[in-house]
Amino acid sequence: MSLSRSVAPLAAGAASRRSHSGRLQAWLPKLVLAPSIAISLLFVYGFMLWTFILSLTNSRMLPSYEFVGFAQYARLMANDRWWVASTNLVVFGGLFVAICLALGLLLAILLDQRIRQEGALRTIYLYPMALSFIVTGVVWKWLLNPGLGIQAMVRSWGFENFRFDWLVNPDTAVYTLVIAAVWQASGFVMALFLAGLRGIDDSILKAAQLDGASLPRIYWRVVIPCLRPVVFSAVMILSHIAIKSFDLVVALTGGGPGYASDLPATFMYAHAFTRAQIGLGSASAMLMLGGVLAILIPYLYSELRNRRHG
Amino acid sequence: MYPFNISFSKTALVLATTAAASMAYASAQAAEVEVLHWWTSGGEARAANVLKELMEAEGYGWEDFAVAGGGGETAMTVLKSRAMSGNPPSAAQIKGPEIQEWGELGLLGELDEVAEAEGWDALLPTTVADVMRHNGSYVAVPVNVHRVNWLWANPEVLAAAGVEMPTTLDELFVAGEAIREAGYIPLAHGGQAWQDATVFESVLLASGGTEFYQRALVELDEEALGSAQMIEALETFKRLRELMDDDMSGRDWNIATSMVINGDAGMQLMGDWAKGEFTAAELTAGEEYLCAAAPGTQDAFTFNIDSLAMFRVEGVEREAQQALARLVLEPTFQEAFNLAKGSIPARPDLDMSEFDTCAQQSLEDFQRTAEEGGLVPSMAHGMAVRADVQGAIFDVVTNYFNSRDMPAEEAARRMVNAAQAAL
Amino acid sequence: MDNVIRRRTLGARLGRAMLYAVLLLAALFYLLPLAVMLITSVKPLAEISPGTLLSLPREPTLAPWAKAWGEACTGMRCEGVGVYFFNSIAIVVPAVLISTIIGALNGYALTKWRFKGSELVFALMLFGCFIPFQVVLLPMAQTLGWLGLSSSRAGLVLVHVVFGIAFTTLFFRNFYVAVPTELVSAAKLDGAGFFRIFWRILLPVSAPIIVVSVIWQFTQIWNDFLFGVAFSAHNTQPVTVALNNLVNTSTGVREYNVDMAAAMIAALPTLIVYVLAGKYFVRGLTAGSVKG
Repeated sequence: MSLSRSVAPLAAGAASRRSHSGRLQAWLPKLVLAPSIAISLLFVYGFMLWTFILSLTNSRMLPSYEFVGFAQYARLMANDRWWVASTNLVVFGGLFVAICLALGLLLAILLDQRIRQEGALRTIYLYPMALSFIVTGVVWKWLLNPGLGIQAMVRSWGFENFRFDWLVNPDTAVYTLVIAAVWQASGFVMALFLAGLRGIDDSILKAAQLDGASLPRIYWRVVIPCLRPVVFSAVMILSHIAIKSFDLVVALTGGGPGYASDLPATFMYAHAFTRAQIGLGSASAMLMLGGVLAILIPYLYSELRNRRHG
Repeated sequence: MYPFNISFSKTALVLATTAAASMAYASAQAAEVEVLHWWTSGGEARAANVLKELMEAEGYGWEDFAVAGGGGETAMTVLKSRAMSGNPPSAAQIKGPEIQEWGELGLLGELDEVAEAEGWDALLPTTVADVMRHNGSYVAVPVNVHRVNWLWANPEVLAAAGVEMPTTLDELFVAGEAIREAGYIPLAHGGQAWQDATVFESVLLASGGTEFYQRALVELDEEALGSAQMIEALETFKRLRELMDDDMSGRDWNIATSMVINGDAGMQLMGDWAKGEFTAAELTAGEEYLCAAAPGTQDAFTFNIDSLAMFRVEGVEREAQQALARLVLEPTFQEAFNLAKGSIPARPDLDMSEFDTCAQQSLEDFQRTAEEGGLVPSMAHGMAVRADVQGAIFDVVTNYFNSRDMPAEEAARRMVNAAQAAL
Repeated sequence: MDNVIRRRTLGARLGRAMLYAVLLLAALFYLLPLAVMLITSVKPLAEISPGTLLSLPREPTLAPWAKAWGEACTGMRCEGVGVYFFNSIAIVVPAVLISTIIGALNGYALTKWRFKGSELVFALMLFGCFIPFQVVLLPMAQTLGWLGLSSSRAGLVLVHVVFGIAFTTLFFRNFYVAVPTELVSAAKLDGAGFFRIFWRILLPVSAPIIVVSVIWQFTQIWNDFLFGVAFSAHNTQPVTVALNNLVNTSTGVREYNVDMAAAMIAALPTLIVYVLAGKYFVRGLTAGSVKG
């Protein structure tokens, strides 16, 4: 990085005539952070606490404060739809993260082979990240609908027996969510990996080549291990996308057929807002937050530990 | 909103009385109502526009707040958010038992003055008036009465298959088979939970009768919900799936209706808002499309009443709100709106000659069933039970309908649980 | 790295062809939805039928775009998505600016002016990135009511700033951590103050991460639907809400071409930003998150 070069003269020029206004200076960083801290405390933690309190009440259409203990959690555990939604999240999240990583890595490696028009291809792979599913949901619904989209198109080319009806099949509807989500995020992961590849020191590779290692072997043994930090960042970003997935389900399957492709985020929304069960919805939100914590804690741990090392 | 207009207020007043009331000056001066609704389809919007014009003719402003999507689900989210922030709209499209829930929260304003001046007690059928009242006071005003248990059909498709309009469930299956053999989709349907429930309640009404419907889906009687009759209704309901096409998942109801209009499908079980689509396609009732009570439910009428609930507001806005409530029941609006929407007016004293044969039959059946019994609230459309129970029943119905292997007994058992779900 | 495949043997050429084939295939997969949107949006309604998603329009027309922009109806309003487009701009611009500035100052304070507990503060704030937004809808509505900001654009700006600073702080913190602390220490010894150091030392090198923060926030806020629908009134709705209204507005024949044109209009700003600045986005993002 060219940081040190461009910064050095500035630092030298920053010699100040002013005396230490020490106290204020010591407090300024905290003062600058104070509003953000206050905002976090109120809008994130305050609201979480509020949600937790609501999950202990029998709030229905609007919040009320009639406490029922953990009854809402018990109801949630007995709710078939909640289990479907949770299982779906595991299936969807697992496949989504795995496919995005695999596809992203593959495309990044291929793009790193001195490709003509690399910039254009990269933009094409990356652009879905710019679009919301509110925008692309209609198209995806079309493409995946057997009567209107890909199935109809391929059949009209003469392949009468072609079947692609995942969207309307309760057993496979959740996979259509995976397709659309992978489409959106895998290009982004590709870009992360590509940047990671470019950051690897050439001399390591040269050395490996001189040792006579084959190309796939070099990648497997040398390059991919170097990308571990990227994998880590990508997994974090992807899993938070997976947990938050909401627009996707609403736009693509509406949770259907039946509630076969429901996810916790849509479950929570449906119960808290459509079905006047804010108590139950809040309980499901707390469990979702628990899931988020399970992912976040290792991330934070590693972030802060890294920092101590660096 | 337009602060620079304040200095013109006197001029505005003069203008408002002399010139067209819909001019910009007047609307800045006069009180406004903000109306949250999801009447977004072309016909509905045109009909609601009549109400807007009536308001403006009296010098009130109308702020249109339409939120489309999911049968009002999104609009309800918006409404809750607005209510939580202490800034509800003047009026919102709320119906059925939900009016009571909003009333219990103390958020609705009463309309008793208007109701008395206009004689609503005499004007409205008791069934309708009961829904509009909370603690004895009117808090909402009915816009229309929909009938849910309708069967719609394309006569050309029926003719091609050589069948008549079915009047019993057995005939429906026979006709369906014939239509399929003639190369059409027998029953147009959209695989969304509320549409599944709409079909289900009509089937249950046909196979179990009014009394059973009342016990099971209105009173949530556990014995009825788990009974052999329920299992039978569920099994019949599931058999209907064979009459539908494979691509129905997630399809909007009006797309399904357009399949009947285009002659791709023969029939559709849907409430009479479907007629709005036929009307918009400029088809004539009884000739180019057919309507009949859902097979086996000729002596029943599942009603779905759209209404505008009035939130507690102050001052000039309240004045405008009261005017809105009065105008909703004006014959001009009732007629225009219901002609477009496919429903019948909430007040039965209107001249029905402008309406088509389906609407006339609907009104006749409404009055007949009100007297003889058979007038029941629609569960699928939130008229019978509260939103949480309704949601739980939807889950069972739609899951059973889409599942490959769930036995009807299991669905009935879950139905009992669903009814208990209300904490 | 780049010169791994170099030898021009027959096998290598074949491999090269395969390489391009795979890359192009992938490109088709990514382009498919956009292509369908674009093609459909310039087709007359009569040409749209099942199975013809990708056939080119025989009589291309821009009428659907014009209609989507200025005429298409939702409820009684027939003003298209154009008006709401400007609503979105009015919300996005201040929200992006404010959250980026706050994020930059936070990141700077957290890395160059560490104090006891500053890491805890960072950890606390980071959690805001991951909170599912449905959870905060109702309490946020109530808070906005208390603040007198309900259903206003200012309210929406506030919401987006509140839930955006977690991300912007993360970006800037991870970036500034890599900026040599010696410079800052030297400046401190010279008596330079908090803002002066930020202005003279950090800000000049911040261009890559500012790009990241602006693009990220712009995309997030522009594409937001949930907050936009829940916290707006009839005249403050952002374009995504208008699009959703339009697409779900059902009238006899569904005008798919107008729907698609409206979707394209709503997508255009973020699309352009990604195409023009995507390169810097990824570069800046990895500069922070990889080396962090």
